[in-house]
Amino acid sequence: MSELEAFRADTRAWLEENCPEEMRRPVVKDADMCWGGRNPRFQSEAQRVWLERMTKRGWTVPAWPRAYGGGGLGKEEAAVLKQEMNALGCRLPLYSFGIWMLAPVLLKYGSEEQRLEHLPKIARGEIRWCQGYSEPNAGSDLASLATRAELVDDHFVVNGQKVWTSYADESDWIFCLVRTDSARKQAGISFLLFDMGTPGVTTRPTLLISGKSPFCETFFDDVKVPGRNLVGELHGGWSIAKYLLMHEREMISGIGSAVADKSAGQLAVESVGVDAQGRLLDLSLRSQVASFEVDEAAFAAWLQMTADRARRGEGHPAVASGLKYYGAELNKRRWELLAASGGADALEWEGSHSKDGEVTRTWLRSKGNSIEGGTSEVQLNVVAKHILGLPGA
Amino acid sequence: MTLVLNDEQRMLSDSVQSFLEGCAPVAHLRKLRDARDATGFSPALWRDFAGQGYSGVLVPETHGGLGLGVVEAGLISERLGHTLTPTPFLSTAVLAAWVISRAGSAAQQDRLLPAIAAAETVVAVAVDECSKHRPAVVATRAARDGTGFVLDGSKLFVLDGHVADTLVVAARTGPEALTLFLVDAGAAGLEIERTVMVDAHNAARLSLKSVRVGAEAVIGVIDNGGALLEQLLDVGRAVVAAQLLGVADEVFDRTVAYLKERKQFNRPIGEFQALQHRAAQLYCDLELTRAIVLKALQAVQKDATRARVLVSQAKSRACTTANRAVQEGVQMHGGIGMTDDLDIGLFMKRARVLQELFGDAGFHADRVATLGGY
Repeated sequence: MSELEAFRADTRAWLEENCPEEMRRPVVKDADMCWGGRNPRFQSEAQRVWLERMTKRGWTVPAWPRAYGGGGLGKEEAAVLKQEMNALGCRLPLYSFGIWMLAPVLLKYGSEEQRLEHLPKIARGEIRWCQGYSEPNAGSDLASLATRAELVDDHFVVNGQKVWTSYADESDWIFCLVRTDSARKQAGISFLLFDMGTPGVTTRPTLLISGKSPFCETFFDDVKVPGRNLVGELHGGWSIAKYLLMHEREMISGIGSAVADKSAGQLAVESVGVDAQGRLLDLSLRSQVASFEVDEAAFAAWLQMTADRARRGEGHPAVASGLKYYGAELNKRRWELLAASGGADALEWEGSHSKDGEVTRTWLRSKGNSIEGGTSEVQLNVVAKHILGLPGA
Repeated sequence: MTLVLNDEQRMLSDSVQSFLEGCAPVAHLRKLRDARDATGFSPALWRDFAGQGYSGVLVPETHGGLGLGVVEAGLISERLGHTLTPTPFLSTAVLAAWVISRAGSAAQQDRLLPAIAAAETVVAVAVDECSKHRPAVVATRAARDGTGFVLDGSKLFVLDGHVADTLVVAARTGPEALTLFLVDAGAAGLEIERTVMVDAHNAARLSLKSVRVGAEAVIGVIDNGGALLEQLLDVGRAVVAAQLLGVADEVFDRTVAYLKERKQFNRPIGEFQALQHRAAQLYCDLELTRAIVLKALQAVQKDATRARVLVSQAKSRACTTANRAVQEGVQMHGGIGMTDDLDIGLFMKRARVLQELFGDAGFHADRVATLGGY
């Protein structure tokens, strides 16, 4: 048996022994995801134990170095762990913007001191992070952001407002784009980290068309941030911002491919019913669902191909924009079809029958997929310019 | 299985590319078309193709072939989509070679496989009987006649049937049973009518009137042809999907190049966002098609009985992508895209044929639904 196969056998045995039964069921609702933080909300003891056991092994971030709280696994071992977790249906022990977005930035641009300060806490799920990017007048044109940070002696004083700050009201720290030079656009932006508990930080939830939301508006009023919390160079935040966005896009592009509990076809059968030949009673819906499932399978294959290429050091970095675009549009299609399949049931807003309009609300929420993390139009611009090399894009 | 090609596969694809670009670029097809060539392909080129080993890609080494798999056949097919080179590759080297290697008798294998690998024979597969691909509908009958059979019926869209020496014919041997037969092109009662298609490739209509074949003509087991035919079609579908990808890739590359070079309003038209976004969407379509096609080829190679869903996903998606690529190709080239002088129209015509071949996007979406239980 090769070393890798021995690792696989050990890993499988460990997971079977240590992953609680409850943590092997598919993630269907918000509470099924564990986000950690200073005041973690565990859905159950099983969820807490699962995080604790995985943290001990460094397996919330298996490929990170041990010094940063990771598992110190090689690429191949980490891939094996992922395969074995998928095979058993193990949930991720920790959902974390810290892991998916901030950590890649700290690993590339942060100082060693910053890495040692923040990465282990991220790995253990002790500090929950939020992202301070968009502003009321800086959406797709993110570089026009206006939140100011003035350097006064050894600290920054931050004033301004962010919008669409996911989970700002539940997060402990924020990674934030601020303007440190008002004379230059991209070249006047810096990347700051600070504690959401600092005096002057307030948050206000934003209600979405779906009737609920993880988003907030976040206000900064003379917030004092230590100078050592600057990541990278002063005024050097824009390339960091873009690097992070790439990781965010990779994260979001996975949405459409998340292994759903049931296929769109099965869900349609349950709500619409079938004829004597076993065909969906609504033939127009049947062909739309079938086309969707074809595209869904092809997109999943594209994600796999991209990952396989990345392991060989191949592929274009801007592919993340293509994946984000397609994954978002696909997820919107999925929920349009599920809403149509549901018919009158999928109109319910309240009521136990529909779990308070779960389908209805998710259908509405999915409309944001092609806006958040860079609109579909912006992603297409990136593909046109960086991959196709079209002029002036 | 990873969704990237291994080094040997890349080398094969590269060598096929340089062979075809050198010996048979699109101009080769144009010349045959304009000369109204009766064969529709160049036998000399087909022999050179065989000299490289490509016609024997699926023929086992013991019979003089390369002994490679469906993935490799798909890579060759994909390159043929770039150059639109007419050859009997699909009919003879893929379909016939696969079914005879898989299910043929020792005598059938000895007679046909070395000849296929050496490009000494053309074998065509006759399945379709109606204008849309409906393989469940086979009305051609094979009635028992002593130890042999008598075949009656008709076939259409038989690729390379006009020059085939041998035909593989699917016929009904019972209410629920099909059998595949090898029929000599010169058999009494068999009429073959050449049909020149829109893409200047050739096919044939067959009429079978009391065509007698012996027991040795049966491929595989009598009455068990249905399952074998479905696997054979799935091999064909995956390989055709790969060719659709090649067609779409080539049109897309030419179109993006044109967007950068063509100027209107004093700037390259590729600066216009209306065109940029459509090009970027096509890029995404091509990438996901590339991924699902490779996945389907791998699945068929591994086990053709268990690849049905993936094959239909790949063929359906490849049809949609290629259709979009050729339509955008003509539109983005503007007026010149409508002229016969430009090659883009030839790709549109080829894509049209390949979409119909073995089931279009709708046929395969329907199959995905049926297999998915809805």
